[in-house]
Amino acid sequence: MKTQNDSRCAESRRSTVNLAIWTAAWVLSLALVTFGARCLWDFNMALTILFILVNLATGVGMLVYYVKYLRNLDELQRKISMEAMGVTLGVAVVGGLAFSTLDVTNVISFDAEISYLVILIGISYIFSIAVANSRYK
Amino acid sequence: MKNRLKVLRAERDLTQAQLASETGVSRQTINAIEKGKFDPSLPLAFRFARLFDLTIEEIFEDEQEV
Repeated sequence: MKTQNDSRCAESRRSTVNLAIWTAAWVLSLALVTFGARCLWDFNMALTILFILVNLATGVGMLVYYVKYLRNLDELQRKISMEAMGVTLGVAVVGGLAFSTLDVTNVISFDAEISYLVILIGISYIFSIAVANSRYK
Repeated sequence: MKNRLKVLRAERDLTQAQLASETGVSRQTINAIEKGKFDPSLPLAFRFARLFDLTIEEIFEDEQEV
């Protein structure tokens, strides 16, 4: 007999796989528009706009599947994710603005690129998830 | 919040995984509730009550109660 948890696990696995597929699609479309403009279509405006729209569409798809992924988590897993997202948001705002200020005030010699902020967000989310998971072990 | 989940589970010879399976949550959630690290939602508390054929008050105890 299929238990409630078996179907929950199957649904959870399906939503994780879907999220992974959409995330990969979004990363690939971002890489395509970034490097394609330079290497493939020589900054053709129409093609660049087209692939930016494709990137935006896959980004929306990724967000939709992230919400579905969160809905398929159980209540403790959802609490862990919410805590991690809260910490990540705080780190992104505080860290991002501090980093930007370093650039504006010429304390650092390089530009405060948004890619650094994305890396910071990724690291703080992974770290927060690991800490929260160990707390509820 | 204190609870008798571990005792009730042992009385019925259920593993954490089986209890998780019956109530539709992860084993990690059952473990966290048993250790008092996580308080379940009301719907989940009702699922435990139905499964063990007890009232919620017979399973969970509010530590702030006087």
